[in-house]
Amino acid sequence: MNTKLLSMREAIERYVHDGHSVAIEGFTAFICFAAGHEIIRQRKHDLTLIRMTPDVIYDQMVAAGVARRLVFSYLGNPGVGSLNCIRRAIEQGIPAPLEIEEYSHFGMIGRYIAGAAHLPFYPLRSYAGSDMPAANSRIQFVQSPYDGETVAVVPPLNPDVAILHAQRADAAGNTQLWGLLGAQKEVAFAAHKVIVVVEEIVEEAVIRADPNRTIIPGLIVDAVVHEPFGAHPSYAQGYYDRDNAFYLEWDDISRDAERTAGWLDEWVYGVKDRAEYVQKLGAATRQRLKPGDAWSQPVNYGDYR
Amino acid sequence: MNTQPVPFAASEMMIVAAARALAGARTVFVGVGLPNIACNLAQRTVAPHLELIYEAGVYGARPTRLPLSIGDPALVSGSLSAMSQADLFSFYLQGGRVEVGFLGGAQIDRFGNLNTTVISAYAKPKVRLPGSGGACEIAIHAQKLFYIMRLSRRAFVQQLDFVTSPGFLAGGDARERLSMPGGGPRLVITDKALFDFNTPDREMRLFSLHPGVALEDVLDNIGWPVKLAQTLTVTAPPTDAELRCIRQELDPAGLYRQ
Repeated sequence: MNTKLLSMREAIERYVHDGHSVAIEGFTAFICFAAGHEIIRQRKHDLTLIRMTPDVIYDQMVAAGVARRLVFSYLGNPGVGSLNCIRRAIEQGIPAPLEIEEYSHFGMIGRYIAGAAHLPFYPLRSYAGSDMPAANSRIQFVQSPYDGETVAVVPPLNPDVAILHAQRADAAGNTQLWGLLGAQKEVAFAAHKVIVVVEEIVEEAVIRADPNRTIIPGLIVDAVVHEPFGAHPSYAQGYYDRDNAFYLEWDDISRDAERTAGWLDEWVYGVKDRAEYVQKLGAATRQRLKPGDAWSQPVNYGDYR
Repeated sequence: MNTQPVPFAASEMMIVAAARALAGARTVFVGVGLPNIACNLAQRTVAPHLELIYEAGVYGARPTRLPLSIGDPALVSGSLSAMSQADLFSFYLQGGRVEVGFLGGAQIDRFGNLNTTVISAYAKPKVRLPGSGGACEIAIHAQKLFYIMRLSRRAFVQQLDFVTSPGFLAGGDARERLSMPGGGPRLVITDKALFDFNTPDREMRLFSLHPGVALEDVLDNIGWPVKLAQTLTVTAPPTDAELRCIRQELDPAGLYRQ
């Protein structure tokens, strides 16, 4: 059996190295906090962190000092306000200066697509009249060879490692995802190494019974990590809700560098792995975040023997 | 200064004005905060066929609770389609399927250009703001752009520190010369007044004061001598039905009405 199952510790040790570019993607949903925390615990450094929305996970990783550079398109705490640790790094160089490379959402998506499809650039109708190209010389404009029209282009992005959370995969890494698909497929195909982290490991037959739901094929997956609740305080559709209370609380904690360090001590360095974090989180929190059921109708793919 | 007690909050006036402006609309690209609740109110009142589009990759959302973020799981359950963001940005937004886009930001100028990136210099910002997200593309592609933001001299400025998302740029036909598909800014909804861009050079123009707001109070909060419509109207206050829908159905906890 072709198993790629690893523990989170093994997967990060094996595939994430100092100086690497790392994309932990997932648009509000499926953000693998478990992987981010393990990267902090292993004290990786000089990473280039890539995400459309750095979110609280990169705020924590920047505060912990693992990053040298940030590639992004929206630097906010979604629905709450600022990412205070990243702001401290950019505005005051605390704990260290942070280089930034900034795009719009469509620009980041286009970069992943170009990276995934082996194209030299991705054309999009954006950036005209904006100061963003002046702030980032990698955003360029070209003329269409067909009608001479000017369009913006962005370069391919091929992260050293992509880490993607999902509901389920088989041991070979065939991964099924439903809910907000974000740019999970695009960044997976763009990356040199892919770690998928899932709520459940299922038999290959489960995957084969519903192939339309397979977003990432095992073909491009290097490691599969089984990590229930691994996206908290982000969420996995149908498994647990976004912990909005924590996102609000983080706004308060992260305003102060010392309180941030205290939080990291308690919830990241102070636990040995995600299982311990989940246990520490407690049954009441897990219960609070449990959604009701909303099943889809089964579909008939047909049997053609 | 306003001594007349009003039975509604300024934020409720903004929500109601935004919802009414969506009358008859088919598709809206929903932003975080007030637009979220305004679009849901419109769907229940003046625009029953309105489909909500979220940049997270959702078309036709029917959220059963008011989402805190634009990536809430309640946007997916019961929606018409949940898709990759590549599909959303390529086919829905760039494909011209978005009728109205909502934006807001830290700074806006007289031509409806928007800054959500930095205060002061980009390389050494005094305040680092979130940046574009999808705003730059929404500004370029939505058929109509509605801005929703509180009126203040810090926000309505003579000169932006950074142009994140283009409005009418330097005015006149500047958008057309850059072949921008979308129609550009149409309406600015604030807590004190409403503005449009119905001027030959596409400059912002005050056309309606909210109930109980004095003209001076509006002019004092804008960093340039703003143009006035020939006749200023008074915005119709929220109706009991609109307020009931906001307070009892959409935002019972008062998250959006502080």
